[in-house]
Amino acid sequence: MEITGFVAITIFMLAAFTGWVIIGRVPAILHTPLMSGSNFVHGIVVVGGLFALLNASNTLEQAIGFFAVLLGAGNAAGGYAVTHRMLAMFQPSVAVHTKYAKHAKKH
Amino acid sequence: MLTMLPQLTIGTADLAAAFLFMYGLKRMSSPVTAPSGIFVAGIGMLVAVLASFLYAFDVDAAARPFLVQNIGLAVIALGIGGGAAWLAGKRVAMTAMPQMVAIYNGMGGGAAGAIAAVELFGNKTHGATQLVVTLLGALIGAVSMSGSIIAWAKLDGELKRPMRFPGQQIFNGVAMLATLAVGGYLVAISLTAGTPSEPVLICVFFACALIVGILMTLPIGGADMPVVISIYNAFTGLAVGLEGFTLQNPALMIAGMVVGAAGLLLTLLMARAMNRSVSNVLFTNFGEAPKHTRGAIKGSLKPTEAADAGIFMRYAGSVIIVPGYGLAVAQGQQKLYEFVKLLQGSGVSVKFAIHPVAGRMPGQMDVLLAEAGVPYDMIFQLEDINDAFATTDVALVIGANDVVNPAARTDKSSPIFGMPILNADKAKQVYVVKRGEGKGYAGIVNALFYADNCDMVYGDAEAVLVKMIEAVRGLGLSAAA
Repeated sequence: MEITGFVAITIFMLAAFTGWVIIGRVPAILHTPLMSGSNFVHGIVVVGGLFALLNASNTLEQAIGFFAVLLGAGNAAGGYAVTHRMLAMFQPSVAVHTKYAKHAKKH
Repeated sequence: MLTMLPQLTIGTADLAAAFLFMYGLKRMSSPVTAPSGIFVAGIGMLVAVLASFLYAFDVDAAARPFLVQNIGLAVIALGIGGGAAWLAGKRVAMTAMPQMVAIYNGMGGGAAGAIAAVELFGNKTHGATQLVVTLLGALIGAVSMSGSIIAWAKLDGELKRPMRFPGQQIFNGVAMLATLAVGGYLVAISLTAGTPSEPVLICVFFACALIVGILMTLPIGGADMPVVISIYNAFTGLAVGLEGFTLQNPALMIAGMVVGAAGLLLTLLMARAMNRSVSNVLFTNFGEAPKHTRGAIKGSLKPTEAADAGIFMRYAGSVIIVPGYGLAVAQGQQKLYEFVKLLQGSGVSVKFAIHPVAGRMPGQMDVLLAEAGVPYDMIFQLEDINDAFATTDVALVIGANDVVNPAARTDKSSPIFGMPILNADKAKQVYVVKRGEGKGYAGIVNALFYADNCDMVYGDAEAVLVKMIEAVRGLGLSAAA
């Protein structure tokens, strides 16, 4: 299966549109985790690094391939760790809402 | 059939990963489903990485003797790179999150550049289109890597001042043109000679690209760094997508391009919230000391005691809190929430108003408050709460400055004119907690501080909050209605 010409451009176009639409609906409160989350997603580059490293046929290619996997793995693992930490902190509280309702303004 | 199996498995895994990434990002669009969103995307990553080891069944003939060695290297690289980044990510303080994201982003860009390097040095690209796309991905990836490192150094305080010199933009332009020229030459010799492998030239190309990234980022001030990180996030996505085309890997193409577009939109949203256009951020010098005096500002600064302010808020009906980065620097979020709970216990209605650029990155203040345990349904964004200030008894501005400067609405000569601000000045009473009389990040005088309804509480945010808490507690529980 070879991806060339218009097929590649079509894939790029649809993917770009998808990314645009998905992010457009995210509330501002989640912008930092989201930047971090999308940062994690491009950690998929590690797969390309693995492909390059496994196909390396001399020391130079091995060295650069190793470097690619090292950095890509850092991108993916680190991106996941910080995004997960941030998102786990968002907690709702029903109690706070009922408190608003119960207490009238008093001076 | 059996020889097809690894390829089919890889194809299926990549397809699943692409779907899980998009579905995961979609789930991140609400705080309720967001934690599961990153988990879903994580599964996708795991599946794709594990499946990619199946490439071992179908490597180039030249690489076969090295296969065992290469698999070993891959496992080591995954272990070291993944392990170190994982530990760092688990330990980093929430306030240091922007520079951490910058580092991870730089790593992604570097990885994309390295993949391109393997393809270029090994002469593995087929045809002019692939060569051009590979070079473009290499350029963007390398710029993203060196630029992200500079962004990290600036946010982390290693590089304090923006570095500028006369004719900088022309110099940067020349460096960019030189990079493109070397790339163009590489394509030209590949078209004429058929073999593009010119190791020295490839090295020059990468060196130029890395220098362009450094030069682009050096003159940009610290306040604009979030926009810059977001741009480089989009750049890395784009580079990954382009290298995905080179490697003929649809998962890379899709994930990279999704992030490229998402990052671009996020950048535009951020820049708009800061009243800066993206080209302004990149090509003009912001943060020079503006020639702005307080000549037009009437009134005087009125200092008041933390205890008095605390007790006033205790007897108010409604309080809106405007937190800024100063609060995070003082590590005062926990104390602030403690104070808020005390107010709530006394029947005061309390809300948080977050400016889009509060913190060093859009949404960072939300994360910092969430870390302190503040439920997200108490946190309101600018457009949702701005009208509420006029009917609110007290606005407590704590560690924020430029985002509540009314000059942005009224004073055309102000550098922040036109920036959306929180209308804290419209509250009946305003308290501003500040370390001293210094200026904000933009280096301009804040007219709000001189307004009749505004009192200043000087001191470290956390220390001030401790005094407020003590004062309110001192009233005794009997005072609570």
